[in-house]
Amino acid sequence: MAFVSSGYNPDKPMEDRITDIGPRNYEEFYPPVIKKNKGKWLYHEILEPGVLVHVSESGDEVYTVRVGTGRIMSVTHIREICEIADKYCDGYVRWTTRNNVEFMTDSKDKLQPLLDDLKGRKFDGGSLKFPIGGTGAGITNIIHTQGWIHCHTPATDASGTVKATLDEVFEDFQNMRLPAHLRISMACCLNMCGAVHCSDIAILGYHRKPPMVDHAYIDKMCEIPLAIAACPTAAIKPKKVELEDGTTVNSVEVNQSRCMFCGNCYTMCPALPLADKEGDGLVLMVGGKVSNRISAPKFSKVVVAFIPNETPRWPTLTQTIKKIVEAYANDARKYERLGEWAERIGWERFFEKCDLEFTHHLIDDFRDPAYYTWRQTTNFKF
Amino acid sequence: MAKHETPLLDQLESGPWPSFVSDMKQEADARAKNEKNIEYQVAQDNIEDLLGVLELSYNDCTTHWKHGGIVGVFGYGGGVIGRYCDQPEKFPGVAHFHTLRVNQPSGHFYTTDYLKKLCDLWEFRGSGMTNMHGSTGDIIFLGTTTPQLEEIFYEMTHKLDQDLGGSGSNLRTPSDCIGEARCEFACYDTQDLCTHLTMEYQDELHRPAFPYKFKFKFDGCPNCCVASIARADLSFIGTWRDEIQIDQEAVQAYVNGEIKPNGGAHAGRDWGPFDIQKEVIDLCPTGCMKYENGKLEINNKECTRCMHCINVMPRALRPGKDKGCSILAGAKAPILDGAQMSSMLVPFIKVNKENEYAEIKELIENIWDWWMEEGKNRERLGELMKRQGFQKLLEVTGLDPDPRMVQEPRHNPYIFWKEEEVPGGWDRDINEFRKHHQR
Repeated sequence: MAFVSSGYNPDKPMEDRITDIGPRNYEEFYPPVIKKNKGKWLYHEILEPGVLVHVSESGDEVYTVRVGTGRIMSVTHIREICEIADKYCDGYVRWTTRNNVEFMTDSKDKLQPLLDDLKGRKFDGGSLKFPIGGTGAGITNIIHTQGWIHCHTPATDASGTVKATLDEVFEDFQNMRLPAHLRISMACCLNMCGAVHCSDIAILGYHRKPPMVDHAYIDKMCEIPLAIAACPTAAIKPKKVELEDGTTVNSVEVNQSRCMFCGNCYTMCPALPLADKEGDGLVLMVGGKVSNRISAPKFSKVVVAFIPNETPRWPTLTQTIKKIVEAYANDARKYERLGEWAERIGWERFFEKCDLEFTHHLIDDFRDPAYYTWRQTTNFKF
Repeated sequence: MAKHETPLLDQLESGPWPSFVSDMKQEADARAKNEKNIEYQVAQDNIEDLLGVLELSYNDCTTHWKHGGIVGVFGYGGGVIGRYCDQPEKFPGVAHFHTLRVNQPSGHFYTTDYLKKLCDLWEFRGSGMTNMHGSTGDIIFLGTTTPQLEEIFYEMTHKLDQDLGGSGSNLRTPSDCIGEARCEFACYDTQDLCTHLTMEYQDELHRPAFPYKFKFKFDGCPNCCVASIARADLSFIGTWRDEIQIDQEAVQAYVNGEIKPNGGAHAGRDWGPFDIQKEVIDLCPTGCMKYENGKLEINNKECTRCMHCINVMPRALRPGKDKGCSILAGAKAPILDGAQMSSMLVPFIKVNKENEYAEIKELIENIWDWWMEEGKNRERLGELMKRQGFQKLLEVTGLDPDPRMVQEPRHNPYIFWKEEEVPGGWDRDINEFRKHHQR
């Protein structure tokens, strides 16, 4: 393949250079019915799972069909979305904050053909291309991070755990039987670029072995003081090490019993890798929320300290999630989020109803906030 | 015939949920066939190699990507994340596989015309794989080589009128909820504020000058669909300070079962007939509502605007008319010192388009000045707030203390009085003291 220039001249990088122009303006991309009725919407209704109508004070209506997609997406798939949007939605389409695609149309007549078309589209491997759902008191798409497909620090895969989980809970993507909406999120390491720490159910990749030290290379690859400073528990200190060939090098020593496996040192220094087949796996956290509805936003709490990486479909993970969802569906009151339910019945009851083992790993021992999670009352349930 | 056998990944093609493996395979096939005779600028079989390296990870349960190198486009310090495979001999097509963050339009609305142009560019000069979208909100182009970076940037800016997003220690690409565009709950124009601040702070977005990352997120109401309160250094959450608008006739229609409660969100189960007492009045966290003689009354002074009643009866109740936003500061994910939620800094501020949000920008810039002066390397705003105290934040922003900023007053009496707060100051004469107090 021959190199094809865009017009950029590497010898004169500033020639005709355009910078700091920002994103395209949102106004260019509004469908006409949205542009006309912005700020004038009166109410909405979910007509069936995945199908919404919004009604404006002008009398206009916009019908939205929400479909799930993988976050990782090919240009071929995007073009197929465009083809559908050209056919039924006058060339407009949008994504939600949770990686769903929304097809919008201003008339009810166009709705049924669009739904029929979407339902018929499948990948060669058999899965649906555009499952309709993700609205109301159910489970919507799982937001997630990169995982093994593209990141240097993950303790698990993101797309794979999410696909396996969504297959397991798929009925709840297309059904609105739960007491409230239930948000599942996935981050493949503690860095949590997905910020899953306030989700009803959070799937979190986790390392369990302290970093190895690549003594022969660490001083060449890293700024050792930065690696030392990166450790939140001060478990890393400088050390002179004699290599097998007799040379002495500057390196570090890891106080392994102080390591909480955050991987921050590895982020700063590639000579401190943590990843390990037996060490790595998943943590499950539950009961978080970001909405201010009824109760304040909450952090998710760790309820399963470790689940191994069972590729390719993570059965222990998906079955544990299913178990929690079913216990919640059976026991919570209407409008009650998972965390509100757990707090009302008590966490001791939560573990019982979800059939989860309570181990010492689940008692917080990390700094000041830990104290506020212990029980300072005689009130508990047998 | 696939370049690499992928028996583990193949098992992720079954099941109802859209399979990313099937999607990658269809893209790999499209590149192999190349029906449009594209002169691919990166390896034609790179998705085959991407599947291969992922299959390897599914076997040994570890990643095969190295730390990013320092790659980017001239004059910017963000927007490109270097990525190299640690098995380049086995998977040469993805040996260099950098990511570009492309600043998404606010609200994630698109025309197909624009999307197709993005696809054409990325198919020609990259892997053809994307994320729609990354966690922060950007369009993510997944996988290209170093020589293509300037070419992509040139085409993007010259032909698509489109810029890169943020990465590294800079302003990360701001993002917002759908807001007034299609939501009756929105209390301000999230798209406009998000876009305005993105444009205003292009320099901060492209050229890392901060101690660490900084995020703005814009939620139109306290339902917080974009999770600003959990993940933004500054969270802008729509609210109002007057009375919830009530349509008593529509309340009756809900009570009589003529309208489905909660916009029909609970239709998947028979929860029995709608009971306004049980489902609205009794669940109100402040107990400020009553329903008597067919009339709904709200004591708005006691309301904390949690949205529950409005969510349940959107056709009967609407946010008030005197709208604006609350600004909360300091959220972050757990690394390093534990997760933090944003804390209330400005209980209410008008979101004023007419003066181009001057008050909001002044607040932002005061906070940045403090954080850039005092923040340690890789210290988020929330961590600096904890280290130096909320009072310091009030000092630098010039805001007056307000009980709305705290959950409750302090538990300890260890108050750091300032000298000017104590009459007579702190300079005293020990000899004068000793005249009245023997040693």
